[in-house]
Amino acid sequence: MDFATSLKIGLKAILSNRLRSGLTILGVVIGVAAVIGVVAVAQGSQRQVTSQIESLGTYLLTVSIRGRGADRVLTCDEVMELTGGIDGVAGVSPVVTGSATAKYGTRKYECTLLGVNEQYATVRDLRLQTGRFLTQLDVSTRQKVALLGQNVVTELFGLSDPVGKEVKLNGQTFAVIGVLAPRGGGPAGTEDDQVLIPVTSAERLIGRRGVSTFYVKGRDKESVGQISAAISDRLYRRFRDEEAYRIFDQTQMLETITNISQTLTLMLASIAFISLLVGGIGIMNIMLVSVVERTREIGLRKAVGATRRDVMRQFLIESALLSGIGGVVGIITGATLARGIASAIKVPAVFPWAGAGIAIALALAVGIGFGIYPASRAANLEPIEALRTE
Amino acid sequence: MIKVEDLRKTYRAGLVEVHALRGVSFEIDRGEYVAVVGPSGSGKSTLMHLLGCLDVPTAGRYIFDGVEVSALREDELAKVRNRKIGFVFQSFHLLPRLTALENVELPLVYRGVDTATRRERARRALEMVGLGARVQHYPNELSGGEQQRVAIARAMVGEPVLLLADEPTGNLDSRTGAEVLDLFQRINDAGCTVIMVTHDLNAASRAKRILRIRDGLLEGDERV
Ligand SMILES: Nc1ncnc2c1ncn2[C@@H]1O[C@H](COP(=O)(O)OP(=O)(O)OP(=O)(O)O)[C@@H](O)[C@H]1O
Ligand SMILES: [Mg+2]
Repeated sequence: MDFATSLKIGLKAILSNRLRSGLTILGVVIGVAAVIGVVAVAQGSQRQVTSQIESLGTYLLTVSIRGRGADRVLTCDEVMELTGGIDGVAGVSPVVTGSATAKYGTRKYECTLLGVNEQYATVRDLRLQTGRFLTQLDVSTRQKVALLGQNVVTELFGLSDPVGKEVKLNGQTFAVIGVLAPRGGGPAGTEDDQVLIPVTSAERLIGRRGVSTFYVKGRDKESVGQISAAISDRLYRRFRDEEAYRIFDQTQMLETITNISQTLTLMLASIAFISLLVGGIGIMNIMLVSVVERTREIGLRKAVGATRRDVMRQFLIESALLSGIGGVVGIITGATLARGIASAIKVPAVFPWAGAGIAIALALAVGIGFGIYPASRAANLEPIEALRTE
Repeated sequence: MIKVEDLRKTYRAGLVEVHALRGVSFEIDRGEYVAVVGPSGSGKSTLMHLLGCLDVPTAGRYIFDGVEVSALREDELAKVRNRKIGFVFQSFHLLPRLTALENVELPLVYRGVDTATRRERARRALEMVGLGARVQHYPNELSGGEQQRVAIARAMVGEPVLLLADEPTGNLDSRTGAEVLDLFQRINDAGCTVIMVTHDLNAASRAKRILRIRDGLLEGDERV
């Protein structure tokens, strides 16, 4: 018997009992939709986290000095000394963080104050909207100059250009030399709330000497590891205590997070897969009922010359059709669902093409796998026995 | 064309053994028209199922068209049923969800005949039984006589060498029964061997040979 005819017979059988077929297919739809939905949302949120970490800047090391007291901080010069002569370093910037009230005329804004050096723009891949960045001279001569983030500009200046104007930071006057391009959220909140000033001026303004955090940017992925090792080595010699410092490797973190989320995705997908199996059991159940109901039909088909293989194939095609239709509808449902959930929890929706392929393949495998037993039961019926059944 | 030797069939219903056929031997030549008669339960249907390769004997030999059928595997039997034998049942056994045409097509479907040829041959078979105007009807839209004629068309569409009929007129009134018998006559005239089980003496008298079965044994073999 040719395939087209088998397919036609299968479709006819499915259509002749619409409600029952529909409910069976629904079981598969739910299973496949669950797999697709879970994978799509998981991949979407993974992409979100990844891009947040990447927004720190690529090949970035964050070094934090921990502990209290004057012996547990470095001066700016010490930072530069410590990182000097290491191969592959693209930039180093100490960071002093504090909060400040920025004032322009009568307007006020609570902002994050960042004391950095002239390499900070390179280190963090910052872009300027207008004006200029800090120079080495600004830093070494403790200039009272500032760069403003987008939110600070909007709050204090509205639509007018702040470059060349003067703002008061905690009461001290700073000249605005530039505006940072909008950057949005990083892991520590939006960076558009920041005001950048020379690190030397920041030490004075905040009233704290010494630096406890600095960024080091590597030239490429390989150098990041070597730089990290070299700095760790030098810091250990300085403090004689591994607990005194911590080096955060953004690239490594990214890999860890990717690993974790892949494991999670796999786990969730396996749980969803269980519901696909339940759908498969539904198919088996219906196919068994169908074999019983159609015993006489099978007997007659065998009497006019259908072989065991013909009957087997007819029933397998039927169960494959049920699961295949379920698979396709399930993918569409799952993708729609994922899009809805993704927009609700504000992550980008990613359509998992590979996942869809696997889900379809799994659905078919489930349909055929669970169809084999009923089909072989049909195929093994004796024609006369089957015809005699009422 | 048909040769059976000491054919036996024993059914086992739980612990009880039923000897439906207890050693039957006969030969039938190509082109014969044979009626099988006998009381209810004598083993007529059992014999027909064995001759039609729908069941296998418990013992004995069955040679059909030069082939020792009793030694064939299941799919080889299916092939013999498909290509050489047409079977007409008392209760028609049409598939309710298929049209008359699709029902008649069935043997050709399993023979691998392409759709167009299949349609054409099924249509011609239906015309032969006088149902050319009923091809798109479903079985429940047809009378008993018409349904049996569709079943005959299905049996004949593959141009078998042997037509077996187990009480083909049993569910029909005498007039439609007579129409069916006329059909068998025509089929036999065309050269096809016909073997028919019947309770109806009038029907049996149409045949050229009568096999009498009683209690699973051949009791009489008369030529008329
Ligand atoms: N599948 C079966 N299992 C058990 N016994 C059976 C089976 N089929 C037939 N028999 C028994 O075998 C015997 C012969 O049955 P068969 O159907 O061949 O009779 P028959 O001559 O066709 O009768 P009828 O004229 O009523 O159709 C009967 O006693 C019947 O009960
Ligand atoms: Mg009978």
